Amino acid sequence: MEKIQVKICAGTACFVMGAPQIQALEFSAPEDLADKIEVTEVRCMNHCSQGKGYNKGPFVEVNGEVIEEATMEKVVAKIRDLIAKEEEEKC
Amino acid sequence: MLIPKNYANQMRSRILVKVVESFYKDRFESADEIPIEMRPKDYDSSRCCIYKDRAILKYRMMAAMGYTPQEETNEAKQLKDYGKDALKRQNHAKSCLAVIDIACSACVKSQYMVTDACRGCFARPCVMNCPKQAISIVNGRSHINPDLCVSCGKCLEVCPYHAVVKLPVPCEEACPVGAIRKDEHGVEHINEEICISCGKCLQSCPFGAIVERSQLVDVLNLIHNTDKKVVAMLAPAVVGQFPFEINQVVGALKKIGFDDVVEVAAGADITSKNEAAEFIERMKEGANFMTTSCCPAYFRAAEVHIPELKPFVSNTKTPMYYTAEMLKKEQPDCVSVFVGPCLAKRTEAEYDPNVDYVLTFEEIGAMFVGAGVEIGDCEPAQFAKVSSAQGRNYPLSGGVAGAVGNLVEGEVEFRPERIDGLSKENIKLLKKYATKGSENNMIEVMCCEGGCIAGPGCIALAKKAARQVETYVAQGTNQKDMK
Ligand code: SF4
Ligand code: SF4
Ligand code: FES
Repeated sequence: MEKIQVKICAGTACFVMGAPQIQALEFSAPEDLADKIEVTEVRCMNHCSQGKGYNKGPFVEVNGEVIEEATMEKVVAKIRDLIAKEEEEKC
Repeated sequence: MLIPKNYANQMRSRILVKVVESFYKDRFESADEIPIEMRPKDYDSSRCCIYKDRAILKYRMMAAMGYTPQEETNEAKQLKDYGKDALKRQNHAKSCLAVIDIACSACVKSQYMVTDACRGCFARPCVMNCPKQAISIVNGRSHINPDLCVSCGKCLEVCPYHAVVKLPVPCEEACPVGAIRKDEHGVEHINEEICISCGKCLQSCPFGAIVERSQLVDVLNLIHNTDKKVVAMLAPAVVGQFPFEINQVVGALKKIGFDDVVEVAAGADITSKNEAAEFIERMKEGANFMTTSCCPAYFRAAEVHIPELKPFVSNTKTPMYYTAEMLKKEQPDCVSVFVGPCLAKRTEAEYDPNVDYVLTFEEIGAMFVGAGVEIGDCEPAQFAKVSSAQGRNYPLSGGVAGAVGNLVEGEVEFRPERIDGLSKENIKLLKKYATKGSENNMIEVMCCEGGCIAGPGCIALAKKAARQVETYVAQGTNQKDMK
């Protein structure tokens, strides 16, 4: 199974709005997820300057899907979602 | 601590950004719309209702403008007027932590509770052993009357079914010096006389009920509404606070209007030098040990709470002191703004005529966002003075002692010990050293666990920040090889 790509925006706006809290995933992801995800720190993905604005930050992309006002909870839920879907497809 | 923030604290960053935004937009003219915008009609309230949320948001914004909730004498006064008053004040309000009373009071008054595991047994040791007769039997189960309970914990000790649980009060548990206590209504209050401004309560409250008077608006005002020269003094912990090259952060500070940026790590080199000389002198005089003095929260804790330790605390001044002194010598007319991880520095600055304002990393972060500055797009700029590797290492636990050790090598024996985090236990330990002596002769005390990179004004994850600091240290030269 390919790893799920978690891109955490570390542009100025997202960083100030709370991205570091989600970066904890790099160090202490839930045990069952740790080897299924690849977490990367990325530069501004321009979600903050388009439409939504930085007030909807921090932004995180999980396999390309954008999560706004991201929190650890939301990101982990999204990852679990994707894993469940993949498992389903396998059956 | 791995996660520097919780959602409650994250709210603080958002509020700071909003206040900066509002300053730029119309000098606070429409500031009163912000709580409504953040909690619109259809919003799922985090408390009882959006109206209470909005009221709390108003207090948060007041704090960001430099007013504590207790300063509200006229409830009808609008945020716009607080903002305008803030722009008129000549000197910033005295630094202080305070509790938003309507946001607090969520934590239990009595710290003990009887759970469903209670069997209403015949022996009833809880009832028998409660010194205040606070326990009675209600519907066949034991019940604690919170008005009578003094939280002694006897009932918990004696219940054979472990039916009594202790409910912690996070802020009281976090405060190392007992400065935060409940009043008769169950609302927490901070005793300013004995508070050491460490910010631990603020970091720990799950409701984000504790706020601090900010000097953000004062600095924005100086930059944009006066022609004063405003200079930022960047604490060494800044490396790692933003995921960019430090030189770009300097560039970003210039872009938001600071005329000059100096590195406090350069002042740290003077601290190391003086502290090393003092250490050698004290040891030759036969002192048992010496402690560092650059953490202002610890310094004040020693003064107020561990007086027996005072004779052992170094008299050397802090990196902020030396940096500000140098700066004011070179540019006597400038306004100096210390930018760091620390709330206790605000209190230290009140006694230091060379430091005019103190901001946190979180506050400058909010300034960047509110002003629409992306650090990654900023031209890199250089610091005027180059700091040594040791000066750069100050924000990590062990860094200060390491810098002194580097300079005293070969002169006197050096046995360092770290007190990493000023907990209640560590205060006891320090008391013991003061009265019974210590095996080690150089005690470094950092109030924040991990060092200043975990300070209450930080935004980055301490673990990641520490890595960046380490890289920056590796790029520096040994202080001994610098002239
Ligand atoms: S000493 Fe620290 S934890 Fe205690 S009230 Fe003051 S800031 Fe809060
Ligand atoms: S360890 Fe650093 S940030 Fe924390 S209180 Fe002391 S000086 Fe301030
Ligand atoms: S800073 Fe995160 S999308 Fe721009």
